[in-house]
Amino acid sequence: MKTSVFAAVSAIALTCAMPAVAEPQAEVLHWWTSGGEAKSVAVLQQEFADNGGTWTDMPVAGGGGDAAMTALRARVLSGNAPTAVQLKGPAIQEWYEEGVLADISAVAEAEGWADVLPASIAGHMMCEGTWCAAPVNVHRIDWIWGNADVLSANGIAMPTTWDEFNAAADKLAAAGITPLAHGGQAWQDATVFEAVALGILGADGFKKAFVDLDMDTLKSAEMVAVFDQMRKMRGYVDDNFSGRDWNLATAMVMNGEAAFQIMGDWAKGEFLAAGKVPGEDFLCASVPGDGFLYNVDSFAMFNVDGDDKKAGQDLLSKLIVGKNFQKVFNLNKGSIPARVDVALDEFDSCAHLSAKDMNESSDNGSLLPSYAHGMALRGAQSGAITDVVTAHFNSDMSSADAVNMLADAVANSM
Amino acid sequence: MTEWLERHVPKMVLAPSFAAILVFVYGFIAWTAWVSLTRSRLLPKYEIEGLIQYERLFASPRFDTAMVNLFIFGTLFIIISMVLGLLIAILLDQKIRTEGVLRTIYLYPMALSMIVTGTAWKWIMNPGLGIEKMVRDWGFENFSFDWVIDPDMAIYAVVIAGVWQASGFVMALFLAGLRSVDGEIIKAAQVDGIPNWRIYSAIIIPSMAPIFLSAFIVLAHLAIKSFDLVIALTGGGPGYATDLPATYMYAMAFSRGDIGQAASSAMVMMAVVFAIIVPYLYSELRTKHD
Repeated sequence: MKTSVFAAVSAIALTCAMPAVAEPQAEVLHWWTSGGEAKSVAVLQQEFADNGGTWTDMPVAGGGGDAAMTALRARVLSGNAPTAVQLKGPAIQEWYEEGVLADISAVAEAEGWADVLPASIAGHMMCEGTWCAAPVNVHRIDWIWGNADVLSANGIAMPTTWDEFNAAADKLAAAGITPLAHGGQAWQDATVFEAVALGILGADGFKKAFVDLDMDTLKSAEMVAVFDQMRKMRGYVDDNFSGRDWNLATAMVMNGEAAFQIMGDWAKGEFLAAGKVPGEDFLCASVPGDGFLYNVDSFAMFNVDGDDKKAGQDLLSKLIVGKNFQKVFNLNKGSIPARVDVALDEFDSCAHLSAKDMNESSDNGSLLPSYAHGMALRGAQSGAITDVVTAHFNSDMSSADAVNMLADAVANSM
Repeated sequence: MTEWLERHVPKMVLAPSFAAILVFVYGFIAWTAWVSLTRSRLLPKYEIEGLIQYERLFASPRFDTAMVNLFIFGTLFIIISMVLGLLIAILLDQKIRTEGVLRTIYLYPMALSMIVTGTAWKWIMNPGLGIEKMVRDWGFENFSFDWVIDPDMAIYAVVIAGVWQASGFVMALFLAGLRSVDGEIIKAAQVDGIPNWRIYSAIIIPSMAPIFLSAFIVLAHLAIKSFDLVIALTGGGPGYATDLPATYMYAMAFSRGDIGQAASSAMVMMAVVFAIIVPYLYSELRTKHD
């Protein structure tokens, strides 16, 4: 009932807002091509068609978006940009600086985005004061997933401090269970690193280090402690972790081979797909420490010619932030809606926790962008940090050397 | 008319490919050189800013690792492939019965793409799946072969896979070389009672010098451009321990939106290739001149 009212309202709003001649057109470049993701995009596609639009799908798979970005670069250079592109984080502003993004402030203001999006997430969608992108979801990065049976058999609760985590891990290792399921790929090393960093540096320190790139924080004693903890984490990983994909690491937690995994909430999708129940078979908790690291997928609108395409952009932006799409899409994808006023009745307990923490951290200023997933920094800087993190994790480099290398790498990447 | 045609047809036939090479090879080299002098990030920019990208490149520990890896990989890959190829070629040259079959077996890895080689060796060398597990299951509990996951040894694992792929090809080159040596000289040496190893080391191998040069040039350019082998075998890891300049360039251009860095590393790669090819071309051209 709610849905149909909403659809009716949006249809009316649409007929008022759009000139009758322009039939909305949108060519959408994205890299959501795997099972659950493709299903999620189909939701948007259907909704777009229901509102009288023509959707031209341009999925480019491969390389976690690298292939899509290459395609985008070619399209922009040839002066024929797609209508909407899946972009996120500072990449939005980077493209804006190239002068190719469109202004969708009219839709954003009419829909009151500023009131329903958390302020720090809204900040990513704005380019010099105008709205230039529409957020789709909020993935939380700083999750720790645990196997309920393994933990209760060993008398371990989900850790709330890193000392507790270390004690639990030592106990598990003594019992012959791999404490931490991990895949040795640079981005996974970086994911664990930023979770540890958030816990040890705190929200302020994290922001100074990985958003502002403050040299004093990057070289501080706390950062040495972060690398010390990373060295401990290396000891909690099994010998065979190099190059393992994240979902295989999740499977280790599922089978009870390993107890914990630190990974974003797409790992929940793996648990759910295997028929596991949150709270019974597997446990979710935020990693020790206060704060919330987010990874927000969004669509940026590019400069296009023609009223039909502009109408397509307006309609698309409106639908993306619309309550219905935010709910259906995120149920499929395992993330939570970016807007805070969506009813969460159909979501699971982990998503409820995520939404609660997002609201709280948004109020106390600890809602922070993930550096490892390209939300906090531009590619060159975040890549430079990841290089150091993964080099330290995969060698016997000392924490002090790692900190010096980190500062040099960040300075060199500017 | 026929005379005119005779004189001009070859030029007309060659002109399109000449123009294409001029634009698509030399033109793009010039373009890359230009971009490497700018501050290009996401999209190429054309305002020249000096050597900033090269300064960043040489200050980057990751590129340092990549160049050291290229040196280790290139040297070992070329030397081991050539030694192994020569050895197999000499053994096959002993007029054995099943030479045709054996030659095919050794040459076949060359028919595979490097991606296949890399993936297969990734599994073979994975401690939990491959050789280490097999030998341990036989009862040798302390056996350890974990080069692919050891950052200090991973580049040698890449060498193993590369050598496996290329040595058969080198063998074919050398075998052809061995067969082209004049049989009369060898027979004369045998009549004089010179031992077999002396015949090889003093007569046959020295007369194969041009083959060594060809093999070296082919292997050197394979080593410098190798990209797919590393991507499939280790993905550049653990960490970036097996990065090569080509994978560095790819990461900068396509993952990090740092086109300036990518262009400057491409120029450095080209300089390395030139450092090897130019002396070769020079010697080739000079001998023709004499």
